[in-house]
Amino acid sequence: MQDKKTIVLGVIGSDCHAVGNKILDHALTEAGFNVVNIGVMSPQEDFINAAIETDADVIMVSSLYGHGEIDCRGMKNKCVEAGLEDVLLYVGGNIVVGKQEWKDVKYRFSAMGFDRIYPPGTTVERALEDLRADLYKEHKAAV
Amino acid sequence: MDGFLFIDFGSTFTKLTLVDVNKDRIIATSKSHTTVKENVVNGYERALAELRSKVGGEINIIKRMACSSAAGGLKIIALGLVPELTAEAAKRAALGAGAKVIKTYSFQLNDDEIEEIKNSEANIILLAGGTDGGNRKTILHNAKMIAKHNIKIPIVVGGNKSCTDQIKEIFKDDIEYYITENVMPKLNKLNIEPAREVIREIFMENITHVPGMEEVENRISQVVMPTPAAVLRSAEILAKGTACEPGIGDMMVVDIGGATTDVHSASDGFPTKSSILLKGLEEPFIKRTVEGDLGLRYSAKSLYEGSGSFLLKKYLVGKKYNISYEVENRNSNADMVPENEEGRYFDESLAKVCVDLSVKRHAGSIESVYTPNGMVFYQEGKDLQNLSSIIGTGGVLVNSENPRSILEVGLYKDEEPDSLKPKNPKCLLDKKYILSAMGLLSMIDEDKAVRILKKYVVEV
Repeated sequence: MQDKKTIVLGVIGSDCHAVGNKILDHALTEAGFNVVNIGVMSPQEDFINAAIETDADVIMVSSLYGHGEIDCRGMKNKCVEAGLEDVLLYVGGNIVVGKQEWKDVKYRFSAMGFDRIYPPGTTVERALEDLRADLYKEHKAAV
Repeated sequence: MDGFLFIDFGSTFTKLTLVDVNKDRIIATSKSHTTVKENVVNGYERALAELRSKVGGEINIIKRMACSSAAGGLKIIALGLVPELTAEAAKRAALGAGAKVIKTYSFQLNDDEIEEIKNSEANIILLAGGTDGGNRKTILHNAKMIAKHNIKIPIVVGGNKSCTDQIKEIFKDDIEYYITENVMPKLNKLNIEPAREVIREIFMENITHVPGMEEVENRISQVVMPTPAAVLRSAEILAKGTACEPGIGDMMVVDIGGATTDVHSASDGFPTKSSILLKGLEEPFIKRTVEGDLGLRYSAKSLYEGSGSFLLKKYLVGKKYNISYEVENRNSNADMVPENEEGRYFDESLAKVCVDLSVKRHAGSIESVYTPNGMVFYQEGKDLQNLSSIIGTGGVLVNSENPRSILEVGLYKDEEPDSLKPKNPKCLLDKKYILSAMGLLSMIDEDKAVRILKKYVVEV
């Protein structure tokens, strides 16, 4: 891997689930990413400000308490406004209330501008594969 | 008698403090009007003559040291990227260096802004932006703007370290610049010491631009730091103590002046209760905030017309005053000294407003958020509830018959449970106005400075 890619990681909204956040932090760092963890209970603005200052490549949003859909609304627009149109948006956890058809949920989040949307129970490996595919595209092509 | 002489060139007064070399005592203090327009040496000579007449006998001055806030003090412009992050970090670094922050700019500068900077009275520009390895675009753009407009103000570069080589190339020999460590190397991590030190060095080199200062430097003493930086140093050693002299613990200094009210706190400010989340940019142990709209003379009008009007009426309740007249009179006559009880009471009421608002703005706050898991609290800024002492300094407190009543206004109130102000601190008074002098003495002998501070800063 050439440059270390930077990921801003955090749990959005009034959500204080810290365990998954710590696991992701550890796993992503271990996998060679530069992780900027803004922790739990983070508003959209904190993700965006952190991404600006650290020149991040990906913003990875976790939400576990069911209110993710409300918390994530308008986030892509704010990113665009802040000059982060090229920063990838990932989201995962229990991002909606109750049991809903995953296909619909995924559609709604991708309409909101998220690039990768993960259902409950996704493994870290899956996210790592996607990160590599998304971030090292050009690299792969060159090889 | 052998003494150390400390000089404080203030915007209004030049103050001298003579300290006994062999004993922990202040031999005498004196003051005279600062004479920036003619030559600062004149005011110094007058104060020295007064000091000599007070002492009576012969004084053998072993060492002299000076600090200065004359001619408006050290003025800095802070440049950063995101307002709450590197721009705020740069501002805190400048304040911590004892400067007056004229303005803070965020994101990429445009032509109008750079023009404004060019025409400003700034002595130093602190250029920050990006964490180490983070954003490069903005700081490079701003460096190019500085070079393009050929800004003749010294630049302190405290931004993304990955850009320093490029910035050196941009500035070349045309711009006077100093590279130092990033003020925010990692997100929300504050690193202001290195920038502070560089700013102090530039201040020492450039102070000679004040009329007569060159003569002061040649004949009298080197001006080693801005006055607020000396006060900060005093606060820090008094709180922490030294290896041989224990300190008094976490504390706060409130300095009520004519133009500004400064608050310095020496405390980590971590949450005093459990299960509270910390938010935002890290706080420095020794933090300084300056309220430019709160003061007893130049800023009396902004105090009354701005945020302080309601409070002023509250503190004046039961007294009859023509408030607008009193305020106007103080605003236009900076040298005005109240001659009677009414005048003093009005000054003290203004002082209460200054303390009330400045401490509230300095202290952190706590916010409660309802979540599906119950109530969660988060804290922004410093929790100062457990401070051991609050120290007052400034003429209005020293001359007051009841300085405690003024300082107490800054303490925790049940009506404002979210504001993390000190709860039960001792109220102390810097009766002889020695804080800046002891900051200077700490450069020679820290233990002695702590001992004298503990002796002369008294409970009221």
